[in-house]
Amino acid sequence: MSDAAGPVLDVRHLTIGLPPGGERATAVQNVSFSVGRGEIVCLVGESGSGKSVIAHSVMGLLPQALPVRGGQILLQGEDITHAPVYRLRELRATRMSMIFQEPMTALNPVMTCGDQIDEVLREHTQLSAAQRRAKVLDIVREVLLPEPQRIVASYPHQLSGGQRQRIMIAMALVLEPVLLIADEPTTALDVTTQAQILKLVLQLQARHGTGVLFITHDFGVVAELAHRVAVLRLGDLVEVGSKHEVLQQPRHDYTRMLIGAVPTLKLQQRTVDATAPLVLRTQRLNKTYFGGGWFGKRRSVHAAQDVNLEIRRGQTLGIVGESGSGKSTVARCIVRLVDPTGGQVLLGHDDIAMMPSHRLRPLRKRVQIVFQDPYRSLNPRRTIGEALIEGPVNYGLSRLDALERAKKLLAMVRMDAGAMERYPHQFSGGQRQRLCIARALMMEPELLIADEAVSALDVSVQAQVLKLLEEIRERLNLAMLFITHDLRVASQVCDQLAVMSQGRVVEYGPAHQVFGAPQHEYTRALFAAAPGRDFAFGASAAPA
Amino acid sequence: MAARRDWTPTDLAALSVESATVVPQSSAWSRVRASWSVRIGGLVLVILVAIALLAPWLGTVDPSLFDPASRDLLPGKQGEITTLEGETLKHTFWMGSDSFGRDIYSRVIYGTQVSLVVGVATALLALTFGIVLGLCSGYLRWLDGPLMRVMDGVMAIPAILIAIALVALWRGSLLTVVVAIAVPEIPRVTRLVRSLVLSIREEPYVEAAISLGTPTWRIMVRHILPNCVAPLVVQGTFICASGILVEAILSFLGVGLPPDIPTWGNVMAEGRAQFNEYPHNIFFPGVFLAVTVLAVNILGDGLRDTLDPKMAKRV
Repeated sequence: MSDAAGPVLDVRHLTIGLPPGGERATAVQNVSFSVGRGEIVCLVGESGSGKSVIAHSVMGLLPQALPVRGGQILLQGEDITHAPVYRLRELRATRMSMIFQEPMTALNPVMTCGDQIDEVLREHTQLSAAQRRAKVLDIVREVLLPEPQRIVASYPHQLSGGQRQRIMIAMALVLEPVLLIADEPTTALDVTTQAQILKLVLQLQARHGTGVLFITHDFGVVAELAHRVAVLRLGDLVEVGSKHEVLQQPRHDYTRMLIGAVPTLKLQQRTVDATAPLVLRTQRLNKTYFGGGWFGKRRSVHAAQDVNLEIRRGQTLGIVGESGSGKSTVARCIVRLVDPTGGQVLLGHDDIAMMPSHRLRPLRKRVQIVFQDPYRSLNPRRTIGEALIEGPVNYGLSRLDALERAKKLLAMVRMDAGAMERYPHQFSGGQRQRLCIARALMMEPELLIADEAVSALDVSVQAQVLKLLEEIRERLNLAMLFITHDLRVASQVCDQLAVMSQGRVVEYGPAHQVFGAPQHEYTRALFAAAPGRDFAFGASAAPA
Repeated sequence: MAARRDWTPTDLAALSVESATVVPQSSAWSRVRASWSVRIGGLVLVILVAIALLAPWLGTVDPSLFDPASRDLLPGKQGEITTLEGETLKHTFWMGSDSFGRDIYSRVIYGTQVSLVVGVATALLALTFGIVLGLCSGYLRWLDGPLMRVMDGVMAIPAILIAIALVALWRGSLLTVVVAIAVPEIPRVTRLVRSLVLSIREEPYVEAAISLGTPTWRIMVRHILPNCVAPLVVQGTFICASGILVEAILSFLGVGLPPDIPTWGNVMAEGRAQFNEYPHNIFFPGVFLAVTVLAVNILGDGLRDTLDPKMAKRV
């Protein structure tokens, strides 16, 4: 049955249907690729390309609504396309395993991590309790978790995101399967944690000779990890090849477009007018959250500590940092969505940090913000037109004039004027983000804050929205505060850069200085962790 | 200033990808219409409303008329009934008659009016107060504590007890009964609305509205309330069903509407003493009550499944 010489996973002409009434009839069509022993194959594609569907079909985890319409899935030569449930159950964990994007939801919150790994062994082996215990500790050590005894006795919520993903990997690999499927396992993690997890996957895969099907949308990760790459576009496999073939001599236009859209880490130098008027200055801005109280112990979290920033007209200040570094808190303090606990936020000459809301209201229109999640930033029950004119009408503009302005701005963000009659769910993520930008610009702000505004978008859409923001800043001579966790994106748009860690700005200066000669240890660690940093993406890989 | 990168070769291709990802969504209304629960529950209710509206033309007599000669007739029996003018008419008692000689069929049919009015009025009253209080306590944090403690207090008193107390205070009338049934429901609606508001107020579109300078009341009415509608419609149907049931219970206990007003609860209360000999006195109003409450609940379930899938999983 098992075929040592052949590929571990062989997918042949796989076609998977979608429920009727959707935008297309099949989730993937006629997809063929293979994963050899000890090989890492990266399956790359944008959202909706069907990459997760393929992963789930291999594991036999597809919902009923997505039937396999044709083709074969061979695991070590055994056809598992229509394998019965009990056979799949036998194969899972012993010969193929999967790790997921969100380790918090993939782990059971009411079982200790040790018990969850142990469950795999109990189901699939006849080992005694003591043997199982020893094996659990071994694998926890192997995924390089500190203090295995303590980790094994911990519940998932007591661990960090990276540690949870290590537990997932331990669970997946404890029975040494021949195939590991990783479905965007590092997407929810910070960049430094991601670097460690990628390193771990590489180490374990090399040690055990596991075949890995790694699903990702991030070409940085591909450059870091892959032996071979398969590119999916709307369910079609457009290109398969070795990493170098695909990344450096992409044959298909779509691949070329995708790789061309990946922002380079090379800094885009721009002359900056240091005498332009100051739009925003924060001085010793502080935000402390208090928890507990009453009966519990009172705890305080310093989300932002002594943050000093300056943004001049026509310039972009970037704040980069990992999750929990306080970058969004700073933005929200500046928009006064949260009230700072100390310091000053100077908007021109007005200090809005502690201003009571009735005095703040006339100043609100001077700062506008675009949020991360385009799906939640627009009220689903109001038309785009209503959303756009809401702000100006609040400040006394007539509906007619506001509609006129909305038409102009829709044109500026390259949207059709017909969009005004429609509801948010009729637009894609990228289109919605353009609409959010238009809504912010309706107020004619002096400062535009983009809080991870492109992070939720696919790479090609991201490139367009970045370009749009750039254009708008130049045309309207706006000051922009650009918050991101992605160094590539930051390197594309920022003139000044502030690196935040644990509520503090650890490094602040002109972007070329911070990128060229990072001073702070944390900044250097952050740069070192950027996936695929040695790989030339962007313009250099795009067609001449 | 020049753009920093040459994007042009990729723009068009990328656009085509993006526009292809727009997902067509079926509207809530079309999903509601396709649901069998909604169809069945809705159909039964439409029939009941028709019965209530057409009561005088459905072969009924004035439900308060009685005739000592036609006491305790079995269903389908012929008998006589005396009008207010003293005229004696021949009448077929399809559902029999009670111990006063009143026509149960007429009383049950007219009782439909009372039940539906009580159900709908209770739901509207409880929703109106619940929405206002819930919006305030969810969005205005300083009001939250005091308001919710009052609500907790109201919830701590058994609903029937509040109803009995109110009816005892103000005499039994339709308005009293509706208020008495609605008051204990208000805290439940308030809690539901409050919990919805607490999650919706954190949505980025509400924060965007704040930064667009939208006044608080307008955020509450235009941004938060419309996004609470689906669960509230569902909750409304359940209040309606329980309102109908509670009205019957109150009437049955003799603390609801006065006995001369035909309600299903009153008919059953009067039939109770003779239940052993004449079970039909309770059977027919009971069937109407059960069918109505069932229909409203089925409709509510259907609406919940189609409008509010998240809640469907929770309940």
